[in-house]
Amino acid sequence: MSTVLNVKALSKSFGGLRALNDVDLQVNSGEIAALIGPNGAGKTTFFNCITGIYEPTDGDVFFTPLGATECRVNGMKPNSVTELGMARTFQNIRLFKNMTVLENVMVARHCRTKAGILDALLRPPHVKREEKENIEKSYELLKYIGLNKHYNDLACNLPYGDQRRLEIARAMATEPSLLLLDEPAAGMNPQETASLKELVLDIRDKFNLAILLIEHDMSMVMSLSERIYVMEYGCLISQGTPEEVSKDPQVIKAYLGEESHA
Amino acid sequence: MQGLKQSIITSLWFMFLTFPIMVVRVNTIENTVEWRWMNLAYVGVGIFILSFVWRWALARKEAKQYETETTDKPKKQLWLSRAMEEPAVAKPALAAIFALSVAMPFLVSTYQTNIFISFLLYVILGLGLNIIVGVAGLLFLGHAAFYAIGAYSYALLNHYFGIGFWVALPLGGILACLGGILLAFPVLRLRGDYLAIVTLGFGEIIRLVLENWSDLTGGPSGISNIDRPGLFGMELSVADANVYIYYIVLALAIITMIAVQRLKNSRIGRALQALREDEIACQAMGIDRVNVKVMAFGLGTAWAGFAGVIFAAKTTFINPASFTFMESAIILSIVVLGGMGSNLGVILGSAFLVLMPEYLRAFSEYRMILFAAAMVLMMVFRPQGLIAPKGRKYHVDDPDLIKEGDA
Repeated sequence: MSTVLNVKALSKSFGGLRALNDVDLQVNSGEIAALIGPNGAGKTTFFNCITGIYEPTDGDVFFTPLGATECRVNGMKPNSVTELGMARTFQNIRLFKNMTVLENVMVARHCRTKAGILDALLRPPHVKREEKENIEKSYELLKYIGLNKHYNDLACNLPYGDQRRLEIARAMATEPSLLLLDEPAAGMNPQETASLKELVLDIRDKFNLAILLIEHDMSMVMSLSERIYVMEYGCLISQGTPEEVSKDPQVIKAYLGEESHA
Repeated sequence: MQGLKQSIITSLWFMFLTFPIMVVRVNTIENTVEWRWMNLAYVGVGIFILSFVWRWALARKEAKQYETETTDKPKKQLWLSRAMEEPAVAKPALAAIFALSVAMPFLVSTYQTNIFISFLLYVILGLGLNIIVGVAGLLFLGHAAFYAIGAYSYALLNHYFGIGFWVALPLGGILACLGGILLAFPVLRLRGDYLAIVTLGFGEIIRLVLENWSDLTGGPSGISNIDRPGLFGMELSVADANVYIYYIVLALAIITMIAVQRLKNSRIGRALQALREDEIACQAMGIDRVNVKVMAFGLGTAWAGFAGVIFAAKTTFINPASFTFMESAIILSIVVLGGMGSNLGVILGSAFLVLMPEYLRAFSEYRMILFAAAMVLMMVFRPQGLIAPKGRKYHVDDPDLIKEGDA
């Protein structure tokens, strides 16, 4: 099993605040890994550092896209990281609210399509074909995720759970080899969470992806992930299989407080 | 009862506010003060009645809003945008408008033709700005600067090197486009108000340079005797030249409309819209923010350059006074009033802001009051503009979807 994401001693400081401190993390191909920790532990900062939204202060991020060689991605612009094959969703939904559902997915295929300004003005046959293919592929994804009925609706008019699913569809449209999900089940009801769980598993199997997710819903994390990383105050405090992690006293301490308090 | 009380208070307040200008008139020749009490009564009664209309309109708007929020009915659009969607109506209407605009110079006087030339110039300017403000969501207050770059590039090239209109037309567009790209780089990180301030400053810089670089641009006295566009070397009379320019600007306006529409519905256009909606998500979806912003500026300002060249050729005289901040503000108003991101809106907006003042010259004293009142009414009742832009509807053939719909 090869490593898709290999993070070595990643650190990030904001002025005097050390948000991430020597974090090591690996995600193997075809694996679902989870990153958990109390609020403010630095999980989202970690995502922002590996996707290029922040530049890490120290450490290395190596990413190996499917069928390609390993490359170092720290300091790269977010769009280049996405082009390499790392896609993400956001904790607080960041859809393009005033665009239609289909357009949201089509935008995400920007880096997989080529039409430039002149192509847009003159519309030669190959551009029309590309546009048609783009619509079809985006629609296929919507169908897969179960939102095809709403393809001409504005994204802001979707129910909350569907907006979360649309974010996943949009991330999938960039044709990633690693999918980063930032609290995909936040604010969902139990039924929605259950169907989301199935979706995540199915995406992994169908597209042969590696998935790294941040999640607070413990039942989802424990049943989905093969490996769990636990963070607290910017440091990695534990890692292993769900069973190992759930028995780790440090993890219990981080979640439930000191023993004397418990 | 509550409403009655409110109306009385409002009308009293307006009577008080308008007292100095409507009632008191000082006759400086005879040194007397005239008291026009009748005016006070007119204002009072007028406002009293209008306040009822105002409240009724507000209540109607709120009721409508409530209805669209609670029921799933699609939002009602303006009859005009609905008509444009109906191909049976839209096609003949477009053909009629096209035929009318082609026949226009032969139906009306030179003076009228002139008005329509400036109307179409504003349509081009507005469509260009619409790419930046409406589609890409970047608040831009320096559009007149690029209008000036276009106009001055033709004027200077013509004055010093005798370069003709047809060579200068693309050159003016390219120079304005380059100017836009140059401006884009320093303002990459700015958004909203900050971007507006910088672009406003840039517009003033260009105007001040033109005004003070007297050796090159002739300073405030401008450049005169610019050649009119040539028609295969024929000498045209002033009236004929005007008609000729009318056709040039009409053709360019149509080209602009088609080009902007195509851009908006392309891969680039979607990237620009994504930039407007959410900059971080847009980057995370693989769109290069720098590239797209530079493109937005370049694509928007190029049209201002074209319009500028035509403007210089039409008036044969230009000076910096034509490119003040007021000009930028009017173009922005056209876009906002018409509906940000909507091309049809831009045309209506410029008709409203350019044609109306021309035809309502009888009321020119009250122009600014009417202008302000229109703006206030717009912001209260149709903040999205005359024509609200709507997302493009795509058509996907999916037999499963139809089956599900039937079931």
